[in-house]
Amino acid sequence: MSKAILYDSTMCIGCKACEGACAERWHLPYDDKVAAEPRLSAHKLTAIQTFGEHYSRRLCMHCAEPTCASVCPVGALHKTSLGPVIYDAEKCMGCRYCMTACPFQVPAYEWNRRLPKVRKCDMCYDRQRAGQPTACAEACPTGATTCGDRDALVAEAHRRLAEKPGNYYQRIYGLQVVGGTSVLYLSAVPFEQIGLRTNLPQQPLPTLTWRALEAVPDVVSVGSVLLGGIWWITNRRDEVARAEGGKKR
Amino acid sequence: MNDRKLPRFTIWRAIFAVLMVAGAYATYLRVRYGLGGVTNLSDQFPWGIWIGFDILCGVGLAAGGFTLVAVVHIFNVERYKPILRPAILTAFLGYVLVVLALLFDLGRPDRIWHPLVMWNPHSVMFEVAWCVTLYTTVLALEFAPTVFERLGWKKPLDWLKFISVPLMIVGVILSTLHQSSLGSLYLIVPHKLYGLWYTPMLPVFFFMSAICAGLAMTIFESWHSSRAFGRQLELPLAAGLARVLAVLLMTFLFVRFLDLYQRGALGLVRENRTETWLFGLEIVLLAVPMVLLFRRRVRWNPAKLYGCSVMVIFGFIANRLNVSVTGMEAGSGTHYVPRWTEIAVTLAIVALGFAVFRVIAQYFPVFEEHHEDEARAPQKVREIAEEGIPAGVG
Repeated sequence: MSKAILYDSTMCIGCKACEGACAERWHLPYDDKVAAEPRLSAHKLTAIQTFGEHYSRRLCMHCAEPTCASVCPVGALHKTSLGPVIYDAEKCMGCRYCMTACPFQVPAYEWNRRLPKVRKCDMCYDRQRAGQPTACAEACPTGATTCGDRDALVAEAHRRLAEKPGNYYQRIYGLQVVGGTSVLYLSAVPFEQIGLRTNLPQQPLPTLTWRALEAVPDVVSVGSVLLGGIWWITNRRDEVARAEGGKKR
Repeated sequence: MNDRKLPRFTIWRAIFAVLMVAGAYATYLRVRYGLGGVTNLSDQFPWGIWIGFDILCGVGLAAGGFTLVAVVHIFNVERYKPILRPAILTAFLGYVLVVLALLFDLGRPDRIWHPLVMWNPHSVMFEVAWCVTLYTTVLALEFAPTVFERLGWKKPLDWLKFISVPLMIVGVILSTLHQSSLGSLYLIVPHKLYGLWYTPMLPVFFFMSAICAGLAMTIFESWHSSRAFGRQLELPLAAGLARVLAVLLMTFLFVRFLDLYQRGALGLVRENRTETWLFGLEIVLLAVPMVLLFRRRVRWNPAKLYGCSVMVIFGFIANRLNVSVTGMEAGSGTHYVPRWTEIAVTLAIVALGFAVFRVIAQYFPVFEEHHEDEARAPQKVREIAEEGIPAGVG
């Protein structure tokens, strides 16, 4: 059973209780100044953003096939069967390829530390394993953020779209984008109007680099035979020339 | 050394000293205050010039090593042998400096060895890490004979000669893999990288342009060493390389525009944006030397030949910085200008490369005629001096 989060922008009142609960869970300082920061950062792993009269929430999308996990040279990131994409700081060497590659620009870096780590939401992996809801879902007073099994949340989202069609833009963000994510969005307006990227492909991004990496064994095998062959021919030609030249002299 | 004989070197030494002091201070700041204290990198823009220049350009400009190894030893075009050793030394130093630069850029440089034990075969970066590690080892072994000759170690020389052919083949394959993979790194950001640079052909383009840059570097470096050491420039060889370079540049530019046309991205050049102008700069810096190098008179004129090689090198650098910085800015929704400390570290590393090359070339037989068959090269120069430019060469 894969866990997920459903964020319904139409129900969000922008109280930022999720931000506070998240900071508390990570033991990060949280005050009015941090609350006013609109962006994700190493000390703010979820953020409520305002777009006119609509709210949006940013957090790690926990992709079904995470780009970050595929690009990490040391395998410090991985998708758990439970749903969360988690990070192992002990492996990370700080190349920051995950940050460059993430289609949602989620991973943040501790730029000012001497031994820095990548920081991002882990969908309260420890709490979820113990059967508890995520800190943000628990703190949300209106039910704008809920957590549960992804299938059940997708069904719930469809139910809301059907029940109050006038309230919603008739799409669920996260269903198919980059192969599907474990964070789903409902909104009153098209998603780009609440700051979500809509120029992303439906297929998982890791397939793009895998296509190139797949060619590696071919380059190695064909390449070595080819180069070995060329070497043999060109040198043989020289040897023959030398032998014949020797005879003539 | 010879500062009394050559006073012009004192200026270079002064510049070198300034760069080293600035670099050392920037290094101190890097260690003391972390990446945030010395770079203008951010969560939106996590890769700056240390990746875009030091790594991407460093590796590409070192491509002359494997290209010449392939030409001389695998395709057996022996006349290029006199410039093989300097090319291998350039490549070896290039890779060592790339690793040095990486120590600055990694958040946890103490864990640089992690990819060797913690595998993720789905990561392009993992493949690059392995290839660079192995290829640096190969380059060390390819350069080792020069050191052993100087020290008079016969046994290791024989041993290296025994494994030299498989070693060279492995080196060429590793280079092919990671030169192209540096382009593959960017395949995963179709949503961020601007349309003038994002293409599924990125790995092929990185490979082709690296060979061009490697050849240009070989010409560049052979011109400089001929001046520094008061030797004759191997003009027939440099001109020969230049002809190959012109053809490769033409092929590269042709395929590059064909790709833009087929992806329907050619229309982007009509837009008045920073990207368009820097794209233009990149293309001009490659197209102008291409046209010039097709002329024999340019190829056989040391100054013009040198000028063309410099243009190609800058065109190549423009391309890599366009992919890694220019093309990534709009998609990242931010603007990045390197901080002085980033530039100081980069310049110090480049200066270190020049200085170490010079010192090694002075004390080890990098340019000496070390095999009997190379006696042909100076012979050729004399022939040319007497008979003019031979047909078929250059």
